[in-house]
Amino acid sequence: MTKVAKQIDTGYQAPRWNEPIIHEIGGPDRRGMIFPHVDSNIKNQQGDIDNLIPDGMRRSAPADLPEMTEPDVLHHYLRLSQQSIGMVGINLFGTCTMKYNPAVNEELINQSEVASTHPLQHPDTLQGTLKILYDMSDMLSELSGMDRFTFQPGGGSDASYTHACVTRNWLASRGELGKRDEIITTIQTHPANPATASVAGFKIITLPLGPDGYPTLESLKAAVSDRTAALMVGNPDDMGIYNPYIKEWIEIVHEAGGLCFYDHANFNGVMGRIRARELGFDACMFMLHKTFGAPKGGLGQGLGAYGCKEELVQFLPKPIVTFDGKRYGLDEEVPNSIGKVREFTGGIHILVKAYSWIRAMGADGIKEAADISVLANNYMEKRIMNMRGVTRSHDHLKVRRMEMTRFSLQQLYEDTGVTAEDVQARMTDFGIDAFWMSHHPELIPHPFTPEAGEMYSKEELDKWMDALEVAVEEAYENPEFVRTAPHNQAVHRIVTEELDQPDKWATTWRAYKRKFPKN
Amino acid sequence: MSHPYMANSTKDMKQEMLNEIGVDSIDDLFSAIPSDHVTKSEINLPPALTSEMSLKRHMKGILEHNEDCENNLSFLGGGIWQHHVPSICDTVVNRYEFLTPAWGNGETDHGRLQTWFEYASQLGELVDMDMVCLPVYTWGNAAGHAIRMATRLTGKKRVLLPETVCPERLAVIRTFCQPEEMENSIEVGEIASNPKTGMLDLDDLKQKSSDSIGAIYIELPSYLGVIEAQAKEIGEIAKEHGIEFIIGVDPSSLGILNTPASLGADIVVGTTQPLGVHMHGGGGLGGFIATRDEERYAYEHNSILISAVRTIKPGEIAFERTLLEQSSYGLREEGNDFIGTSVFLWAISNAVYMATLGPKGFQELGERIIRNSHYAAQEFAKLPGVELLFKNNFFKEFVLCYDGANKTVEEVNKALRKKGIFGGIDLSREFPEYGQSALWAVTEIFEKEDIDRAVEALKEVVTK
Repeated sequence: MTKVAKQIDTGYQAPRWNEPIIHEIGGPDRRGMIFPHVDSNIKNQQGDIDNLIPDGMRRSAPADLPEMTEPDVLHHYLRLSQQSIGMVGINLFGTCTMKYNPAVNEELINQSEVASTHPLQHPDTLQGTLKILYDMSDMLSELSGMDRFTFQPGGGSDASYTHACVTRNWLASRGELGKRDEIITTIQTHPANPATASVAGFKIITLPLGPDGYPTLESLKAAVSDRTAALMVGNPDDMGIYNPYIKEWIEIVHEAGGLCFYDHANFNGVMGRIRARELGFDACMFMLHKTFGAPKGGLGQGLGAYGCKEELVQFLPKPIVTFDGKRYGLDEEVPNSIGKVREFTGGIHILVKAYSWIRAMGADGIKEAADISVLANNYMEKRIMNMRGVTRSHDHLKVRRMEMTRFSLQQLYEDTGVTAEDVQARMTDFGIDAFWMSHHPELIPHPFTPEAGEMYSKEELDKWMDALEVAVEEAYENPEFVRTAPHNQAVHRIVTEELDQPDKWATTWRAYKRKFPKN
Repeated sequence: MSHPYMANSTKDMKQEMLNEIGVDSIDDLFSAIPSDHVTKSEINLPPALTSEMSLKRHMKGILEHNEDCENNLSFLGGGIWQHHVPSICDTVVNRYEFLTPAWGNGETDHGRLQTWFEYASQLGELVDMDMVCLPVYTWGNAAGHAIRMATRLTGKKRVLLPETVCPERLAVIRTFCQPEEMENSIEVGEIASNPKTGMLDLDDLKQKSSDSIGAIYIELPSYLGVIEAQAKEIGEIAKEHGIEFIIGVDPSSLGILNTPASLGADIVVGTTQPLGVHMHGGGGLGGFIATRDEERYAYEHNSILISAVRTIKPGEIAFERTLLEQSSYGLREEGNDFIGTSVFLWAISNAVYMATLGPKGFQELGERIIRNSHYAAQEFAKLPGVELLFKNNFFKEFVLCYDGANKTVEEVNKALRKKGIFGGIDLSREFPEYGQSALWAVTEIFEKEDIDRAVEALKEVVTK
């Protein structure tokens, strides 16, 4: 065991720029972008611009935007970028699977062959893109056992939504739409599943956790009926607990006449070991911006790849990518399709990055990434569980957690009054971005959920744990110092109480100026 | 040797961690997975290209089979356009700090949150609204969420929208409105349009408007490019019946066209792609939703709202997510629609774009687009057999009909492609009433000689 470090020195010093709001910068007549003059022949022919705009449709006053030169804009946003730690520090943001986003992929997608392509170009001019769409479907099918993938959904939630819509069309094809109107999920499955199923018009049944961290078989049996349309579930869940009865679950739901959808949000720990279709799932979803190496962009753009078995392929969003052995095409004539969940074929630049990532990793590399992420989590868990005031969820379970563990600081809170948010904030003083706590509802009090992933070196993981240990020890020695953290960030602790007050919230500068006029 | 992306993939590192844990092998750590769950067959993927050199060569080899809108003259639009993207937009969104993480908290992610706030603030100025949330996937999604927001606000599950709505967006909106078998189904009624002007048929609208309608949604400019000059009257009709009036806008027009708020909009939606985002084959889309800063609207937003907020240090302003509890993150199926990973990186590009252009840049942009498109339309219309529909009332897109030339759009576009030109979108399938017509988009990127070249090319095609 590494010796407890009372102090760590990452050398981190947060940049503080006191950067004004952009509306307060600049001055009259400064310009950042000048468009070329319209050809004088055109201008003379057309006369005043009012001749081109119907009466009453001309903007009366210019928009109140800042007037800035290009370097002033650039410096402002570079300074702001420095005031986001992101992944420059050590970011073990659990449930989001932080991993390396290869630089080469950014170079590739910034080329005109990707960046300057229009989705409605004739397919003959998009053979590269279409090949990647087609081959990517095959590669994800290989990893999941599904038969076909669509890349239209804009994120994981959108892929869940796609499943709810596919379920609808599947039910309609069997004359059961309106009869089977319930979707079953679990309390630990990502909120997007019940939310999207509800938007799609289904009633939601949420199974509570049983004693072992997943709902009991009995609770599922009690929930299914001739109204069951589908099960939407993640596994392992965000506590890192793998449900060993998932095959039995699927049998129960199938027997009741429903579909089974695998939210593969936590694929990182099981890649290459299990295949969704072999477990019995009818459909699944992968987040290419998460598990497949494309960057998250601060929550998007993402891409939720949705795959399903042959029987459901007819319901996929259109267009469908086709290949006749020589040429790739797009088919909009898909009579049983759910239609569209997003315009066009999908986030092509995200797709290119994910495809490139799979090619860089290969089958062995992908399995190795899963191995390392589980290995690293268990390595971290061993040390973290020895820290004062820290426990983990379902401690009685002897089986190992997968790629993450849900810890609790309840004991620390009881001992010191210091909360998980306080510890989170204190750790950021060392250049470690805020850890993930838990999705709602927080079933484990004062939760935190690091996810080591495969990118960070053991040395970096050690540093992360050093910072946690310092924060925990400080909570016992000087709780007030932890409660008022962070002490080394661009801004001080936010007063969150006023955020939800109508006379205090201000989501635009114009609203802010109205609500908080300067004296 | 490690994999270049995985520091702990060396044998020594793995062993060191195994020793620390006290197990013999990595397989021992997977005891939670029953053996009959584990796949028996090999995962068959193409061999790994662990060298960046090989990978790049491979990827470029595929991508070179794409043609693009820089090496060709593209007149494709219809919801995604080739606009000029200022270089600094790319510089900023490619910053590793912005590009790669999920998110931090208000103190550690201050720069991103301020940038998001500035996105909302500047977009709010463009559309003249006080409350702007972070963007949703697309314009079609924004319209769908706004329609659902309106039906929640009014309790009325019938909406009206123009029959000329973009088919891609309409498909997304229809998905949001659900089939009638579902309990939360929303009935979509279509408003007829005047075939001469392309504007809405107000008589039809008046006839269909009633106290049982929850929302009227129009687009400005319309999918067919038309500036709906009756927008104010439409807003008044909506008001008469207590209907929420939703306007979908293309913000590249807002330097010269009236703000949706001044036209009476209650909810404004639109696309963010023209604001400094590359097309990326359709990946560059984003949709915004803006409302007045009133509680009834605030409580119905589904996406994330960023508010200015104070810190424990007197006088200091920070930014944080507000009303997050009402989203699906907070309330699961009881939340407002759903939210998740969206297109928030593009909001950063949008913020940089709006600040770079400023008020005068937006005026110049709008003027350059409308002058270019009118010049192009007028020159195309001089060609034999080519007719310009909806004369003199459009912004950046217009409809050309080839019926007089006895050519199909498919034939025309095929011939143009050979000349390095991507002709307008074929409307003949979605809008057969306009015959063999195409939707041409002309943005600020074109110079007069580009347009003249396209006119000459079309001339050769239609006279052949």
